[in-house]
Amino acid sequence: MKIENKLEWIYETLIRIRFFEEAMLEQTYKGNSMGVTHPSDGQEAVPTGICAHLTEKDWIGSTHRGHGHCIAKGLETKKMMAEIMGKFTGNCKGKGGSMHIADFSKGMLGANAIVGASIPLAVGAALTAKYQGKEKDSIGVAFFGDGASSQGVLHESMNLASIWKLPVIFACENNQYAEATPAWYAVSIEDIADRAASYNIPGVVVDGMDVFAVYDAAEQAVKRAREGKGPTFLEFKTYRYHGHFHADQPEKYRTSEEENLWKKRDCIINFEKRVIKQKLINKNRLDSIKKKIQKEIEDAVEFGLSSPLPPEETLYEDVYVNYSNDLRGFR
Amino acid sequence: MFKDTDKIGPGKNVEGTEMRYRDAFNQALRDELNNDKNVLIIGEDISGGFDKKTKEPLDAWGGPFAATKGLVQDFGKDRIMDAPISEAGFVGAAIGAALTGLRPVVDLMYFDFTTVAFDQLLSNAAKSRYMFGGQTKVPLTLFARSGGGTGHAAQHSSAFYSILAHIPGLKVVTPSDPYSVKGLLSSAIRDDDPVFVVNDKKLINMTGFVPNETYQIPLGKGRYLSEGSDITLVGMSYTSVVCMEAAKELKKLNINAEVIDLLSLSPLDEDIILESVQKTNRIVIVDEDNPRASMASEVAAIVSDKAFDYLDAPVKRVTAPHTPVPYSKGLEDAFLPNSEDVIGTVKMIMGA
Repeated sequence: MKIENKLEWIYETLIRIRFFEEAMLEQTYKGNSMGVTHPSDGQEAVPTGICAHLTEKDWIGSTHRGHGHCIAKGLETKKMMAEIMGKFTGNCKGKGGSMHIADFSKGMLGANAIVGASIPLAVGAALTAKYQGKEKDSIGVAFFGDGASSQGVLHESMNLASIWKLPVIFACENNQYAEATPAWYAVSIEDIADRAASYNIPGVVVDGMDVFAVYDAAEQAVKRAREGKGPTFLEFKTYRYHGHFHADQPEKYRTSEEENLWKKRDCIINFEKRVIKQKLINKNRLDSIKKKIQKEIEDAVEFGLSSPLPPEETLYEDVYVNYSNDLRGFR
Repeated sequence: MFKDTDKIGPGKNVEGTEMRYRDAFNQALRDELNNDKNVLIIGEDISGGFDKKTKEPLDAWGGPFAATKGLVQDFGKDRIMDAPISEAGFVGAAIGAALTGLRPVVDLMYFDFTTVAFDQLLSNAAKSRYMFGGQTKVPLTLFARSGGGTGHAAQHSSAFYSILAHIPGLKVVTPSDPYSVKGLLSSAIRDDDPVFVVNDKKLINMTGFVPNETYQIPLGKGRYLSEGSDITLVGMSYTSVVCMEAAKELKKLNINAEVIDLLSLSPLDEDIILESVQKTNRIVIVDEDNPRASMASEVAAIVSDKAFDYLDAPVKRVTAPHTPVPYSKGLEDAFLPNSEDVIGTVKMIMGA
């Protein structure tokens, strides 16, 4: 599909992720989320540009920094906010939290807090699609970062996807840091995408701050997968604006010069400049979209705050589909 | 070989055949592949070998211990998928397939190799349903070969059932004869939760009566292998055979042992254990796993907690030592709990 037909959706999604993360952080600092959160603002272009090509029948695997993936895949922000606040109305009834948001009805296999662990799940979803002859309508996308690029399970997954020719995309968000460790230190190669060559998979380096570039690269990879031609590896050079998690102090391990350089390339600002210059969307329309999303996120926060906590008996539910022993411990 | 005295067992007048454990296992896989087209098997060398010209599988191995022999001819390479040696990758992919509508069965070859894929098993297979608030299920079956006694040494002989039984979200079964493996494997594949079927290598060539029909043994149910009033012997997997050998010898000493075969470790049939010990007032649990935090310890704790007033003797365990499995035959024999060990322990607490 031509990107012109998707521009409003793209803008909405970029803004939705940005505003969500800002509001989520504010609520976290206020003590309203119940644990650790990993904001993804700065990286919005990657999930947005990829998921623009996906439907609910496609599957994505996500990471601890997964809010952007969830939103781009169509999950409702109010349920996500409620989940982060540990509420019963959240996607996972308050059992998962920020690092385990999932919605199987939207093709979202779950955020995963073991670095790299969701990659084979996306490969498995692609296996299901191929097994059932549904590659055209259902592919897998594995999101992961530069940190996961050194995990063995990624390399095993790439090998499997290649030899089984599975409809899957390896989407590496190289945001330059794995926790506090820089990629230049931890990754043995300049471009992680080059690692794909070892598995006979095309590897492409993409400007992850430019949603147009992401959209184009993803279009090719999605087409290749749907046509049964196998996996593609995309490496997106991107940047997380905040630290590793909400209370991290990134100034201890990166410079403000570096941060500012990346912020100049901000995906939202540059999108706005471009669509206005090219007269694709006018300023008023952009503003009204912003306003709409602002309201949506305020409502999401309100929904989360006013939602009930999970009843205590749900502690023992959903461990198994069925199990004949008592799950309560001894006390 | 067992006389089934409980409901679990082939009924009277059932048509069946004497066959090896491995053949009963193969038959259950065949039944389930026929029963549901979403069932597929993934593992290393499960057909084994490919023709370089045609690229077609050769079925040269037919799986470790020939567990999957002949299946690739009948069901094709899309359903009998040979995998490269990358346990974390293909177990993870199988979990992803299970989350999206298939019912994969994974052959992990030796039980020890479970640990190579352990993160996928623990963090994804076992936890997905819970951490995602019950919105999904993981209908995955895994199987592997456990146990010492075959000279496979430390890294091909483990029996760490307790590590898996410890994990919420996983189920663990330990068949002990051809009849039970066919029924339990069938149940495992039809079950909507991840189930690990542990097969002791010492059982694989054992023969026994197996009904021709497809049948399921409920997960979480143990069975009586023999009735007795003097002492309860609890076995699982191959140690159920050990218990039966011991019971036979004890009979000569006028000690009537009741033998319980747990079959399923998670969920665990607490009722059958408590029912028996309330009758016999004495219990010995026989486990090939290392002793610390083992199934033997777990059963001992349950009995001490829930049947304390019925006990006439301390709860005793007969287990492997707290060592890896050694290679040299004499050492390996000393490692394995055998019927003499059981008889010695019984005599000690019976004052015989």
